[in-house]
Amino acid sequence: MNRRSTIPFGPQHPVLPEPIQLHLVMEDEKIIQALPAIGYIHRGLEKIAEKKDYVQDIYLAERICGICSFMHSQNYCQGIEELMKIQVPDRAKYLRVVWAEIHRIHSHLLILGLLADAFGFENLFMRLWKVREQVLNIMEKTTGNRIILGVCAIGGVKRDITPDLVEDILRELDSLEKQLPELCDTLLKDYSVKQRLVGVGVLPKDKAYELGAVGPVARASGVHMDLRERGYAAYGDLDFKITMEEAGDCYARTVVRVKELYTSLDLVRKALKRMPQGPISVPVKGSPPADEVLARIEQPRGELNFYIRGNGTRNLERFRVRTPTFANLPALLHQLTGCELADVPVIAICIDPCISCTER
Amino acid sequence: MLENVSVISIDHIHEQVWLLKQDGYRFVTMTCCDEGEAHDVLYHFDKNYGLKHLRVKVPKNTALPSISGIYFAALLVENEMKDLLGVAVNGMLIDFQGHFILAEGAPKTPLNKSVPGIGIQIQEKTPAAAEGTVKS
Repeated sequence: MNRRSTIPFGPQHPVLPEPIQLHLVMEDEKIIQALPAIGYIHRGLEKIAEKKDYVQDIYLAERICGICSFMHSQNYCQGIEELMKIQVPDRAKYLRVVWAEIHRIHSHLLILGLLADAFGFENLFMRLWKVREQVLNIMEKTTGNRIILGVCAIGGVKRDITPDLVEDILRELDSLEKQLPELCDTLLKDYSVKQRLVGVGVLPKDKAYELGAVGPVARASGVHMDLRERGYAAYGDLDFKITMEEAGDCYARTVVRVKELYTSLDLVRKALKRMPQGPISVPVKGSPPADEVLARIEQPRGELNFYIRGNGTRNLERFRVRTPTFANLPALLHQLTGCELADVPVIAICIDPCISCTER
Repeated sequence: MLENVSVISIDHIHEQVWLLKQDGYRFVTMTCCDEGEAHDVLYHFDKNYGLKHLRVKVPKNTALPSISGIYFAALLVENEMKDLLGVAVNGMLIDFQGHFILAEGAPKTPLNKSVPGIGIQIQEKTPAAAEGTVKS
């Protein structure tokens, strides 16, 4: 038997700015077991949420994640609206789709850039993040903020997008889309990049489903799952096709994210074009009843779940968060088993981990 | 407002979860709420975007059997429940011994209702402090 050793990968390491440790049991260069160790940045947000007013919890939910923040507040608001039986105006639903899909574009560009950085293609990383700046500019123009938008409210949204801004956004998206082919071709066709991604970290379809993988990780393994198909917000009126791959390796996950950039661009354009006139919010009175709901949306990383239980007061009885990275951790452990040590950074980054979300 | 909730007893957890797995359900997550004398544990499963939930009341002096042998994905959330709510879970494939998500020295079982909220404690100002004569 070869000599075994254990390597602690993290919590501080070059590929990911967030702290997660992986205990890697090695036999020579091959990993035979991987275990996660988290808990470095647990903030106790679920406990804080019980102490705050349910309206204040929107701000708390938005701060669970510093990347897909809008979708956290959107899911929280949708959950409370379901609990309190609030009918949201149609225009607000479309505006939520616009900001959610813009968030998805910025999140995917961010992780594709980090992936390029992980396999040592620094120039590609910088180019992808330069394009991402345009997306952040759209968010700043429409909401006044670059990441934590603060526009979602129970009963609708707080800001509207004027016709002038619509034109501005469409111009910005056109400019962004023109730059994508060159970058995406490099990501998907470059010989060196393919050598690092193809056949690495393979997750078969049955394992992906059994281990509860979600989002691009599941879709890259051929699992048909995208909660936007349920038609929440205005997705039911906006026809789109979900992206799937079969190979289940790091390359397939990259392909899914690249294709989803185009899907999101398309969805933003459709939402802006079809957005009806009308109010953007309705007044909300009262408190969440003593009832429970499991709110779900499709975040850039996959399915996000909020369990919300009211008790008839302005404080919630329970607010539980299950983020997509938490769901993808078992799949990550499966991918790491049997792989080479040198592939760990790329495999880890390919699930698009967000530890801040996961520990909340 | 949760639909498709089946209330089951602790003794039938493995059987019911196994049946759901055989039926093609994906494990989504588990939720645990402190209800004083007992913990209210919910298992969430999904199939083609349809949710199904199992509800189990676990008295606080009773251990919950782990389903990580059926769904490996349940392992992490079971360890989290043990950390945050003190639910004893028997038979977990990997037991992090209460240090999955909580650091050394963190308050124990913080999500139980009997544990007060942590964070900044706001002290009420005494008249002397308000006048600036008392340094806090």
